[in-house]
Amino acid sequence: MSDIVRRDPRREWIARNRLHPEHLAVRVDPHGTASPSEWPGPNGLTRRNPRAVGFIGPNGIKRIDRSGAQQAATQSGGRQAQPKDTRRRVDIDAPDFLVAVVPDMPGGRLSSHDRDLLGMARQLADADPERPGAVLAVVFVEPREAAFDEAGIDRLLSLGGAGEDGGGDARFDGYAPEARVAALQAVERELAPRHWLLPDSALGGADLGRRLAVRLGERPATQVWQIEADAVSETDWRCIARGAAGGTDMTRPLPRVAMALAECAEPVSETRHAARPVELTQGPPQVLARIEDLGAVAVDPAGVALGEAEFILSAGNGVKDWEAYHRAARILGATEGASRVAVDDGFMPRDRQVGATGTWVTARVYVAVGISGAIQHLQGIQSCEKVVAINLDGGCDMVKRADLAVIGDAGEILAALVAMVERYREQQQENRDAA
Amino acid sequence: MPHDVATPAETELNVAVLVSVGRHPLTARARRADQDARAVEMALTLPDADVRLIHAGRHDDDSDSALRGYLGMGLASIGLLEQPSGADVVPALAAVLRDASPQLVLTGARAETGEGSGLLPYLLADWLGWPIVTGLAAVESVEHGMATVLQALPRGQRRRLRVRLPAIATVESSAPAARQSAFGPARRGGFDPETRDGVRDDALSEWHVQPARKRPKRLKIVKAASARDRFKAAAAKAQGGGGQVLEGATPEQGAEAIFKLLEEEGVVRRS
Repeated sequence: MSDIVRRDPRREWIARNRLHPEHLAVRVDPHGTASPSEWPGPNGLTRRNPRAVGFIGPNGIKRIDRSGAQQAATQSGGRQAQPKDTRRRVDIDAPDFLVAVVPDMPGGRLSSHDRDLLGMARQLADADPERPGAVLAVVFVEPREAAFDEAGIDRLLSLGGAGEDGGGDARFDGYAPEARVAALQAVERELAPRHWLLPDSALGGADLGRRLAVRLGERPATQVWQIEADAVSETDWRCIARGAAGGTDMTRPLPRVAMALAECAEPVSETRHAARPVELTQGPPQVLARIEDLGAVAVDPAGVALGEAEFILSAGNGVKDWEAYHRAARILGATEGASRVAVDDGFMPRDRQVGATGTWVTARVYVAVGISGAIQHLQGIQSCEKVVAINLDGGCDMVKRADLAVIGDAGEILAALVAMVERYREQQQENRDAA
Repeated sequence: MPHDVATPAETELNVAVLVSVGRHPLTARARRADQDARAVEMALTLPDADVRLIHAGRHDDDSDSALRGYLGMGLASIGLLEQPSGADVVPALAAVLRDASPQLVLTGARAETGEGSGLLPYLLADWLGWPIVTGLAAVESVEHGMATVLQALPRGQRRRLRVRLPAIATVESSAPAARQSAFGPARRGGFDPETRDGVRDDALSEWHVQPARKRPKRLKIVKAASARDRFKAAAAKAQGGGGQVLEGATPEQGAEAIFKLLEEEGVVRRS
């Protein structure tokens, strides 16, 4: 959209001329702008009519809405439609050194822990503006919705997922620490980063980082939660790391390999980086795998603690057929949760209650069946990534919170969902039998 | 595995468990380390296993009562490598393990005192050239020089791995809880001292160590250009996060949309 102010003299004339046949139509919006209370004056100054601000409420009283909700709704895709991305673009051509980060990327996305770690890597890279370093991310999984540039990555080495030959590198899938460490050693040989940073998370970074440190012959810092510039130390940095099962703080020079805890630094928010793809000249070496991944084991979802369940099917007051609900949870392979009403009415045990008075859940996918979403319940599901709501009431708070809301009868929708999953499983079974 | 045809010498699994002196998180008294005790428990529940406990460190009054905690789980003795305080125990342990050549070494993921970096099993694996598996939840079977184990993942999930023996495996708090320590066996048990030269850990003594201080809580920083945005951020309630709302759809359409999301997120299992 262009920002040039265009006046319409004819329209203004009609607005002044009460006898003009189009006068009434033009008077509603005399200036052709979105809001009748503000228009660009003849000299480019903004003119305001304070009497035209607001609207007449249902009781005949004039209301002025300062929250912006009204204005945002009435604004068409005009000049103020999109907030402009004001983040500075950074592209480092010839970095002085590299800071290598190996994010976990559970589910193909950068976790908040990964983002914190990248923020720490930026601290290390941007310390000297004369000689900036670049942050290199080594990624072993196929990124799903990766905002690499926003997270502060200058160089991106993508080893897993779909490779350029289409087939990708299946060696790094699943639990393959030996292959991954061999690849990281290849990175070390070719690119020789000054720092290696990994998340100290049970999901992968803690294991991989320790293996890497042992291979490189470095004594790593583990459970680092803060780094500071320190002119006395050899590496110009010192770090504070937790020791003795969280009982002590150790201040020590920052070694080449460090594993950091969550919230070790602020994530990058003010700049966008290039995230240029890089490749190794030689592919990662083949290693003899002594550990073989035989795949995930089906775990009884009812046995998983509610607080750490990945997929929760939660029931509330809107569920009438409890047998069908339990069957749906079993077939979907979901852990059962409940709102307070369902627990108080005796349909579900107390240890299944989700919310401020029950359990704070961390599920990746949370399906709320017939739960309207009391504030205590919404607090309990704050850290859930995807929330699906099935509800009769389209205006309830749970529908507002949900990423996907289906308005309708919970029993019918659950039955249809169960039928669909069963059909899908049968197809999978047939395909496997045919193969 | 056909138990009846094999001789006992073939079926017997030689397991070494590395144990350390723990520290109670509240009272700071010496105790058996929680993760190491779980490792001992796992070794004791293995069928046909010859379990041997090894501790490297100082032996004084404090650590004596803590180490007897392991003996009280039903073991006759603990192999004791006397090391001075603040020593690097990796060379001594590696030498002992090389001599004893167990098929499986179990240990806790990290110590409750000292640096507690959890690096020792990795260093041992590197010294000995053995594979290492972390976060063991159960040992399912051992046959033909391969062990099939279950690895504990976050969120209560499990993964099955097959690892070539001899191997080192670490145990975290996801493993089954350790049995109680009984007083009588703890008093009756003994120590098999063995002397190995200690290597001083110089780097550790140079670091500044202090009791852990509380980490600063992260502030919610709102970067807003206008007062309206700041107000909105401060007064944010359950905001409509641009979620998709299916209204007036048939149950089948609704179910299909939900199924698509579940499949994208990968929570619907194939079987």
